[in-house]
Amino acid sequence: MALSRELFKPLQKRELQIEIVRPSVTYWQDAWRRLKKNPVAMGSLVVIIIILLMAIFGPMLSPYTYSEQDFARKNQGPSAEHWFGTDALGRDLFTRVLYGARISLSIGFVAALVSLLGVLYGGISGFVGGWVDNVMMRFVDIMYSIPFLLWVIMMMVYLREIMPENSGLIAMYIALGLVYWLPMARIVRGQILSLKEQEFVLAAHTIGASRTRILLRHLIPNCMGPVIVTATLAIPEAIFTEAFLSFIGLGVSAPRASWGTLASDALVSLKSYPHLLFFPAAAICITLLAFNFLGDGLRDALDPKMRK
Amino acid sequence: MFNYIVRRLLYSLAALLVVVTVTFLFMHIIPGGPFQREKALPEAIRKNIEARYKLDQPLHIQYIDYLSHLIRGDLGPSYKYRGMTVNDIIRERFPVSVELGTVAILLALFLGIPSGILAALHQSKFPDYLVMFFSTIGIAMPSFVIGTLLMYFLSYKWGLLPSATWGSPQHVIMPAIALAGLPTAYIARLTRSSMLEVLSQDYMKTAIAKGLPRRRILWVHGIKNAIIPVVTYLGPLVAGILTGSFVVENIFAVPGLGKHYVTSIYNRDYTVILGVTIFYCVLLIFMNLLVDLVYPLIDPRIKLAERKEQV
Repeated sequence: MALSRELFKPLQKRELQIEIVRPSVTYWQDAWRRLKKNPVAMGSLVVIIIILLMAIFGPMLSPYTYSEQDFARKNQGPSAEHWFGTDALGRDLFTRVLYGARISLSIGFVAALVSLLGVLYGGISGFVGGWVDNVMMRFVDIMYSIPFLLWVIMMMVYLREIMPENSGLIAMYIALGLVYWLPMARIVRGQILSLKEQEFVLAAHTIGASRTRILLRHLIPNCMGPVIVTATLAIPEAIFTEAFLSFIGLGVSAPRASWGTLASDALVSLKSYPHLLFFPAAAICITLLAFNFLGDGLRDALDPKMRK
Repeated sequence: MFNYIVRRLLYSLAALLVVVTVTFLFMHIIPGGPFQREKALPEAIRKNIEARYKLDQPLHIQYIDYLSHLIRGDLGPSYKYRGMTVNDIIRERFPVSVELGTVAILLALFLGIPSGILAALHQSKFPDYLVMFFSTIGIAMPSFVIGTLLMYFLSYKWGLLPSATWGSPQHVIMPAIALAGLPTAYIARLTRSSMLEVLSQDYMKTAIAKGLPRRRILWVHGIKNAIIPVVTYLGPLVAGILTGSFVVENIFAVPGLGKHYVTSIYNRDYTVILGVTIFYCVLLIFMNLLVDLVYPLIDPRIKLAERKEQV
């Protein structure tokens, strides 16, 4: 078939330049974009922010204090004056749950912060390798061979004896702090082991970067994804552990109260005043759910390979 | 193989020694000692009691003494219950905990595995959502919340089950459910994700292509492979049931070892705390060892040598 000349036209210069250009997206922007698409994780994030705001500002706005007793109004059910009712000493339960949120959440965040120490431990262990790695990891393995809860119980028994004056809160921070860096150390070490064989590390070596610089500026930033996920998931676990310990009498002592203590105190009068148990228990469950969902969402967003 | 077992055994022993040493130190450097009460005892009596429990000797002597008894399986006397040794307490209380724990473990396995498989077979359909919904709740709900809710509704409101103590089969139901809640949720999730992975494998396609009966594909090629990862969860499962028993046995007044452990924490009965902790650790370390040794037998793809490198 004959080809007519009209079919062969020179390209317009303007057309040549049209390329498909996408603005370059950093890892974090990409992760945030993925997280925003996950309605459950975003919902959880909103819930967490609301809980945080209520824990910080709620007690200031409440007309009652957490330890104010009013025997004329004890064991009341929920009402307009006392939203969650009052407890056996006439204390406003809503205010106490808000205060409990401060304590429970602070324990969660301390655990998350401490777990960041594990980043350094695991990083050094994985990066240095050899016998150093062996010794450092054997120690972690030994700690791992019995459940954290038993370690924490042991430490709480001891710490509460040596510092009886500060109502167990500091003891709780220390006891949780001493174990919560362990899982992080393991995860980071695993990451570093695979990362340190990669070309960009070799490149850093060849241009003469120091070992400390390679570890802190090249390796650790590259495992931030799993680190953030692990730290986020450490929060609900610590809140859970605190509730558990308070329930067996090793938690924060009166008149301060965490959610676990509130739930534990309510057990005595469960039959007559179930609302005393209901509100703190609901607070625990909602918070745990929100952090777990957020953690799962973060994992999907930060580590696309893990996606199912 | 033999080398590996010896290594694992030695390693477990080392872990145990660390645990014993640390807990011993914690329990023995507590200021005031176990016999300090609100009402001060006369000096002579206190001295006598301390001599009776060898508390007047230097710490390292006490430690060596404790270890030498421990090797012979003797965990020492209780400070609180006169005439009772820690061994007596364990012998008396532990069977109750074992009974409750076994029911809970069976419940978790027989509820968790099938629902996980069901969810995977109907991925993104109603059964999947149902299972995931309940397993999410199970993970977010502490055992004491499940336990107290059960108690409030089943026994206070509807009067179906006895609310506390121990003795008849009805007494086992509520504590077992409360204990099994979290592990069931975990097992369901674990089974679901491993079943999903198995379903996407090439050998499943091969099995279908060969025209094998559906039932055979499902059971022999699918489920058999999918439940292998659940075996690795057995160690943490036992640990979870064990620590869960501290709370659940207290709620339901079950006279098991978990309840006694918590009571001795209240009572500051340090030898019991120490002894029972060590007992639990031995149990768990042994359990983990067993799982590690059995795992390659169940899944021939995993060789012990490979696992050693992973460690």
